[in-house]
Amino acid sequence: MSSFLEVKDLKIHFPTDDGLVKSVDGLTFSLERGKTLGIVGESGSGKSVTSLGILGLHKGRGANISGEIWLDGEELVGASQEHVRGLRGKKMAMIFQDPLSSMHPFYTVGDQIIEAYRIHHKVSKAVAKKHAIDMLGRVGIPEPQRRVDSYPHEFSGGMRQRAMIAMALSCDPELLIADEPTTALDVTVQAQILDLMRDLQREFNSALIIITHDLGVVAELSDDILVMYGGKCVEYGTADDIFYRPEHPYTWGLLGSMPRLDREPTERLLPIKGSPPSLINVPPGCAFHPRCPYADKTGGKDRTEVPALLETEGGHLVRCHLDRAERRALWDNEIKPALETQ
Amino acid sequence: MSENEPLLSVQNMEKHFPVTKGLFKRQVGAVKAVDGISFDVFKGETLGLVGESGCGKSTTGRLVTRLLEPTAGKVVFEGQDITHMAQGKLRPLRRDMQMIFQDPYSSLNPRHTVGTIVGAPFRIQGVETEHGIKKAVQDLLGLVGLNPEHYNRYPHEFSGGQRQRIGIARTLALKPKLIIADEPVSALDVSIQAQVVNLLEDLQNELDLTYVVIAHDLSVVRHISDRVAVMYLGKIVEIADRKRLYDSPMHPYTNALLSAVPVPDPKSRKERERIRLTGDVPSPLNPPPACRFHTRCWKAQEICKQVEPPLEELASGHRVACHFPENAPQQAVQTPATAG
Ligand SMILES: Nc1ncnc2c1ncn2[C@@H]1O[C@H](COP(=O)(O)OP(=O)(O)OP(=O)(O)O)[C@@H](O)[C@H]1O
Ligand SMILES: Nc1ncnc2c1ncn2[C@@H]1O[C@H](COP(=O)(O)OP(=O)(O)OP(=O)(O)O)[C@@H](O)[C@H]1O
Ligand code: SF4
Ligand SMILES: [Mg+2]
Ligand SMILES: [Mg+2]
Repeated sequence: MSSFLEVKDLKIHFPTDDGLVKSVDGLTFSLERGKTLGIVGESGSGKSVTSLGILGLHKGRGANISGEIWLDGEELVGASQEHVRGLRGKKMAMIFQDPLSSMHPFYTVGDQIIEAYRIHHKVSKAVAKKHAIDMLGRVGIPEPQRRVDSYPHEFSGGMRQRAMIAMALSCDPELLIADEPTTALDVTVQAQILDLMRDLQREFNSALIIITHDLGVVAELSDDILVMYGGKCVEYGTADDIFYRPEHPYTWGLLGSMPRLDREPTERLLPIKGSPPSLINVPPGCAFHPRCPYADKTGGKDRTEVPALLETEGGHLVRCHLDRAERRALWDNEIKPALETQ
Repeated sequence: MSENEPLLSVQNMEKHFPVTKGLFKRQVGAVKAVDGISFDVFKGETLGLVGESGCGKSTTGRLVTRLLEPTAGKVVFEGQDITHMAQGKLRPLRRDMQMIFQDPYSSLNPRHTVGTIVGAPFRIQGVETEHGIKKAVQDLLGLVGLNPEHYNRYPHEFSGGQRQRIGIARTLALKPKLIIADEPVSALDVSIQAQVVNLLEDLQNELDLTYVVIAHDLSVVRHISDRVAVMYLGKIVEIADRKRLYDSPMHPYTNALLSAVPVPDPKSRKERERIRLTGDVPSPLNPPPACRFHTRCWKAQEICKQVEPPLEELASGHRVACHFPENAPQQAVQTPATAG
C-alpha cells in the first residue's frame, strides 16, 4: 500500500548565470496522515525549495524538476500548473516563515480567510465570515469578532503567525507544510504556536511537514526526521533514531554544535569545521567530506563516490561510506560520551 | 581600582524614547525602552543579558557604550563616571569598550578590504604598531582563526561565520577591556554558531577580556555566561550566577522562559512540565503598572497590580523582583541566622 504522500527521487535544479544550482538533488520520503515529518538542515540546504516544490510553486519558473510526488494517489510533478493550483488550500497548504509575505497588506485578515475558504466551499460571505471568526478563535486570537476586521499590520508578530495558521487550516488541508513557522517569534510565543499546531494536527488528522534549523523544535513535534545537507537527505529515521542513535557524522556535528538546556553545561561546544557548501559547486563524492572528521577512514572513496542512502536498521537510512559497525562504534564510544560529558 | 570594584557599574539607568505627533512634533508619550536598571560587571567575567524581543537589551548595550545618551541614571567604567562625558573625551573609552553586532553582513563596508577594515581602529585612533599596521592586522586575523593571507580580500568573499570573525578581529585591534556583544551568533548557522562561541571563549581566556553578551537564545547564554540577567519590558527582573538562575530560577517569567525552550530530546515531550504563558509581551509604550509581568503571570495577586516589586537579594548574589518568587529559600539572606 502506498503512503498518503510519497516523494521519489525529487530533483529541483535552477539554471543560473553562475551555473546549475542543485537545490534539491534526489530526495525520497513518505508520510502518512496524522504523522509529522521534521526536515532539518542549515541555511541553503534545500528545505524551502523542497516545500515549495511539493506545492508546485516552482512550476513554469524555469526550474528543472524531475522525480515523482504522489499525494493521495495522484502524481504532481507531471500534473498541470492549473491542476496543482486547484489542490492548494484544500488538499495541501503552507505556513510560511514570514506571515507578511503571504498576507495581503490591503485586505483585512478576515477577508483573506473568507476568500481562501470560498474558493473551495460554495457558501455565502456571511457563513464564510462566521467560519473565519471561528478559526481565529481556535488559534487563540483574542476577541475574534472584532479582530477579524483588522489588517495584518495591526497584529503583533505572534498574532500574525496565528492568523496565517488559521488561514492555512481554514479549508482543513490534508497536508500542511510549515516552513520555519516559529523562527521569527519569541520563545514563549513559539511554545504557544507549537502547542497549537500539535493540537490542530491531532484534531484534523492531517499530515504535517515541519521545516526548521532548530533541532529542539523538530524533537518537540516530529515522528520522523529527515536531515538535509547540500540538497540531499543524509539521514532519515524516527525521532528516536536521530536523537538517540544517529549514524551520520553531520548529524553528530549538529548535535555537538548545540548547547543544551536539558543537560549540565559542557565546557566546550563541538562545532563542525568549515562552512556549508555552495549548491553550484557541491564537493564531489560525499558533499560533507571537506568538513567530516572521519573522511580519511573511507579509503579515499569520500572524494570520488557519492555514498548511497542505505538502510541501517528498521527504516533508519544513512548516506555515509563508513561501514555500519564503525559508525555505531564511533557513536557509542566517542560521540555520545563526548556530547554527554566533555 | 580595587580588586572587588566592578569594571562596569550601571546604576538606575533609564532610556525613554519620546513619541511625537503632528507637525510640531508634540510629545505624546515615551517608549520606556530601559526603565531603571542596575547591574555590575566584574573583570574577566561574562554577564549574559536575555529577554524577549523589544525588552531593551540592545538599548542597554548602546547606553553602556555611550552610543546613546541615557535619560537618567549613571554608567561607571573603571571607577569613572562616564554618563555625560563629552564626545571629545570619549576617545580613550572607545578603545577600552567595544561592541560586536549581530549582523556580520551589514556591519562590514563591502568596498573595503579585510586589511582596511581590521586596521581601521589603528588609523582612527592614531595608534602606533610595532611592526606596522599590516603585521598587526595579520596577527589579529590569525588570532580569530582566519588566514593572514586574506588581508587583501573583500567581505563578500567570506561566509557568514568568517565575516563575524572579521568583525571580531576589528573589535580586538585596540585590546579592549570590555566587549559588549549584541546577538553575536544569532544570524549564523548552528554549526558556525558553535565555532564563534568557542572563539569568544578562547579569546576571553587568552586576552583576559570581560564580556556582556546580549542574546535571546537561553541555551547559548547559559553556555557562555558566568552570571545572567533577565529583562522584561525595560526592567531587570532577575539576576544571578548562571547555575542558580538555570537550576533554581525564582522569577515566574524566568521559569516560563526556560520552560518554553524546546529541548532536543523526543522523550521530554511527554515528561516535561510546562508553563505556558498566554498572549504577547505588552507594548513598552504603555507598560502595565506595578509588576510589569502581572498581565501574563499565573501567580499574580492584587498587590502585583499596585506595588512594584523591588529587585531584592533573596539568596547570595541572586536578586529577584517579585512578590511571590518561586524556589525562594526559607530564610532570606538579609537576616542571617546567628549561630548558637
Ligand atoms: N529560484 C531560485 N533560483 C536559483 N537558486 C535558488 C532559487 N531558489 C533557491 N535557490 C537556491 O537553492 C538553495 C536552497 O535554498 P532553500 O531556500 O531551499 O534553502 P533552505 O534550506 O530553506 O535555507 P534557509 O534555512 O536559509 O531557509 C540555496 O542555495 C538557494 O540560493
Ligand atoms: N531609537 C528608538 N526610538 C524609539 N524607540 C526605540 C528606539 N530604539 C529602540 N526603541 C524601542 O525600544 C524598545 C527596546 O528596543 P531594543 O532594541 O533595546 O530591544 P531588544 O531587547 O534589543 O530587542 P530584540 O531582541 O528584538 O533585538 C523597543 O520597543 C523598541 O521599539
Ligand atoms: S510580582 Fe506578582 S505578577 Fe509579578 S511576577 Fe511576581 S507574582 Fe507575578
Ligand atoms: Mg528556507
Ligand atoms: Mg536587540
